Amino acid sequence: MDWAALRARLGKQLRSVWTPLIAIPISLLIGAGILLLSGYDPIAAYQAMWQGAFKDRIAVTEVLVKATPLIFIGAGLAVAFRCSIWNIGAEGQFYVGAVMATVVGIYLGSLPGYILMPLVLIVGMIGGAFWGMLAAFLKNRFGASEVVTTIMLNYIAIYVTGYLVTGPMIETKGLFAQTPKISESAWLPRFLPPTRLHIGFILAIIFCIVLYILIFKTSVGFAIRAVGFNPDAARYASINVRSNILLAMAISGGAAGLGGAVEVAGISYRLYQLISPGYGFDGIAVSLLVGNNPLGVIFSGILFGALRSGAEVMQLSAKVPSVLVFAIQGLVILSVVATGAYRAVVREKEE
Amino acid sequence: MEDYLVRMENIYKSFPGGVQANRGITLEVRPGEIHCLLGENGAGKTVLMSILYGLYKPDSGTIYYKGKKLDIHSTKDAIANRIGMVHQHFMLVPTLTVAENVVLGQYPAWKVINDMDKVHERIRAMSDEFGLDVDPAKIVQDLSVGEQQRVEILKALYHGADLLILDEPTAVLTPQESEHLLKFLRDLANRGLTIIFITHKLEEVMQVSDRVTVLRDGKVVGTVNTSDTNPRELARMMVGREVLMELKKAQTEPGKVIFLVRNLRVKDARGLEVVRGVSFEVREREVLGIAGVSGNGQTELALALAGLIEGEFDEMRLDGQLITKRDLQRLHRLGMAHIPEDRQKMGLILPFSVAENFVLKTYRDEPFARRGFLRFDAIRDYTRSQVSKFSIRVGDIEEEIAHLSGGNQQKVVVARELDRQPRFLLVNQPTRGIDIGATEFVRQQILAERDAGAAILLISADLEEIFALSDRILVMFEGRFMGEVPPDPALIEQVGLMMAGKTVQVSD
Repeated sequence: MDWAALRARLGKQLRSVWTPLIAIPISLLIGAGILLLSGYDPIAAYQAMWQGAFKDRIAVTEVLVKATPLIFIGAGLAVAFRCSIWNIGAEGQFYVGAVMATVVGIYLGSLPGYILMPLVLIVGMIGGAFWGMLAAFLKNRFGASEVVTTIMLNYIAIYVTGYLVTGPMIETKGLFAQTPKISESAWLPRFLPPTRLHIGFILAIIFCIVLYILIFKTSVGFAIRAVGFNPDAARYASINVRSNILLAMAISGGAAGLGGAVEVAGISYRLYQLISPGYGFDGIAVSLLVGNNPLGVIFSGILFGALRSGAEVMQLSAKVPSVLVFAIQGLVILSVVATGAYRAVVREKEE
Repeated sequence: MEDYLVRMENIYKSFPGGVQANRGITLEVRPGEIHCLLGENGAGKTVLMSILYGLYKPDSGTIYYKGKKLDIHSTKDAIANRIGMVHQHFMLVPTLTVAENVVLGQYPAWKVINDMDKVHERIRAMSDEFGLDVDPAKIVQDLSVGEQQRVEILKALYHGADLLILDEPTAVLTPQESEHLLKFLRDLANRGLTIIFITHKLEEVMQVSDRVTVLRDGKVVGTVNTSDTNPRELARMMVGREVLMELKKAQTEPGKVIFLVRNLRVKDARGLEVVRGVSFEVREREVLGIAGVSGNGQTELALALAGLIEGEFDEMRLDGQLITKRDLQRLHRLGMAHIPEDRQKMGLILPFSVAENFVLKTYRDEPFARRGFLRFDAIRDYTRSQVSKFSIRVGDIEEEIAHLSGGNQQKVVVARELDRQPRFLLVNQPTRGIDIGATEFVRQQILAERDAGAAILLISADLEEIFALSDRILVMFEGRFMGEVPPDPALIEQVGLMMAGKTVQVSD
């Protein structure tokens, strides 16, 4: 084994861990200032936040429950970003996955669990993949920027969902804008009762490992990375740039769609208007935070899950209004991205 | 004690990442002389001059200028001390006029400039005085490269430069323009101006300079009077060993036609036709050279032949097979290899490792991949063997190829392309911007490939290279061929004229 090379690699990994370690305290500090200015006790607020995330077994498993969709989405986005496609549409892809999963879970509810459960997940994944490929198609065929098209596709997915849950798929008895529950045989098993932790979390980790292998250990991943770094050189090496863009968006959308299906089958058991509180957008930060590495996404996903969980408790027990909670969450994301950008600039100066 | 205009004493400069660009350089320049700074790429010439011009701060060392110690912190200080520099890449704003560029940065931002007429007048007077032929009212982007260079020189003179630094000024010029520039510099020196001339071209040193300082690996090898030396000695000082000044080119008998194209037309990105109906054929064991000043359609010609952009043609054949549509994979299968013009933008993926770049075209084939999984052991073994076979200087084959020197990067591209034993080798600017050692190596590889039976199309703006390697030469100007000449060194002047668009009768 080449020790110098190994050390260099470890050093590189360590450096990427530093980014959040520096960024998060900075943002919490700024957040404390904002809390003080608004007349709240920052120490009490952060105490509540910490308790919300780590107080007991329930709290910790809730963090993992919240992390699960973020991990699915983040891992998929890592693939798209590696291909230099700025997929801002994970939110919409997540919705499409959730819709498809719900449709299958309700209307094919008589199927036995060992068929229905995987079917719900696979159909959700296909739905998300299709939604992602739409943007890739528009980019390849007409040169439309994926940033614009994926944002537009988000609106379509979210409003179609709104229509379905208030109209055609609304539950028969009840007053809420939501569908009936999917067939119980499609529910993902919860393995740590009474907590809500379900096997979707395990699936998310396996999914990350699979995508990591795909990106770094296979010739498919080689081509995706080549296209992402330098499409001209990729074309020169007779790598088909368009089909790799299509593939990367299919993987990215599929991951988000699978995340949506898992959320339905593991937690909500039904579809409603706000099934995602913005997971698709947090997923962007989850992926960027760890330099678009699918394995790293497991950790950054849990971190953002903890922030979300903690923020909810902060709102409830420290009576901090939700807008301030969002502001602090935004600060965390902003400082993480800024620290990353700062490091990139420093590195460039060195060279 | 002799009288010096500039004395740079014991200059050290290193960059983060461990590159030691200058390691104790002492340089003395006399007033009124043309002093050449000769060295390979990466020898530290440009860094040393950037220190003198205030762009970099030295780690240690002292600069004396006009007998006094000079503290220089920015280019503003340099200009105030009457030092001017013409960079390799021009520092002009393309959308402004010549006059506006000349006075750019000289006025405070809030001041209304109301004496532009005077500026115009003065530029016109200076242009006449020095024979520069510069019109102050013209927009810079409408000027040719040679004219832009003259604007840069005029800008330095306008600010009253006593010392003028030029960084590889002839790299972008035709032979005639270069000739003109060198004469002009001599003229300036006769008027008392001191000139430091950075170059790696030996003929220019011999032609223009009074004295020459040779740098290698960030150190001074020696300073000599030009009249006391010769190109062979300078080359030896520059590389540290004897250089093959002339490549040995074996006599070969060209065989059957490997590649031919009839009436090829290609449009550039703006939709303008830049290749306007060219036809040629390349035979086995033959190098067909295409000479020309950059920007006369060579880039698009190469890209169209390589199947990377669309072109229209009446007929194209590779190894007897008709090529009808753009199909890269088929071209590869038929034995085309392509060393592209820009190794950093096309030939390599800079954030990829050396090993990944070696398998850029073969990563999905056995033995580098099996059932879709990359086989890293096979990739590493192959890379290691190629690295030692082509003596590429690499620390670690897993490091980013961006960290390699230009010469070593180009060797990776060449090694990768030649390993496929091509029938038809398309080479565009194979040695641009790389050091002498690597240049020599790349040229030898091209000739070896020719002797092994390949048909080779060599596009290059470097006339010396074209003459050294080609068996036949076509001269390209504004998208057409001006004519064909044999590689007889006596004809180099005619080729130069043809490159400038003049029709010349070449007698065989």
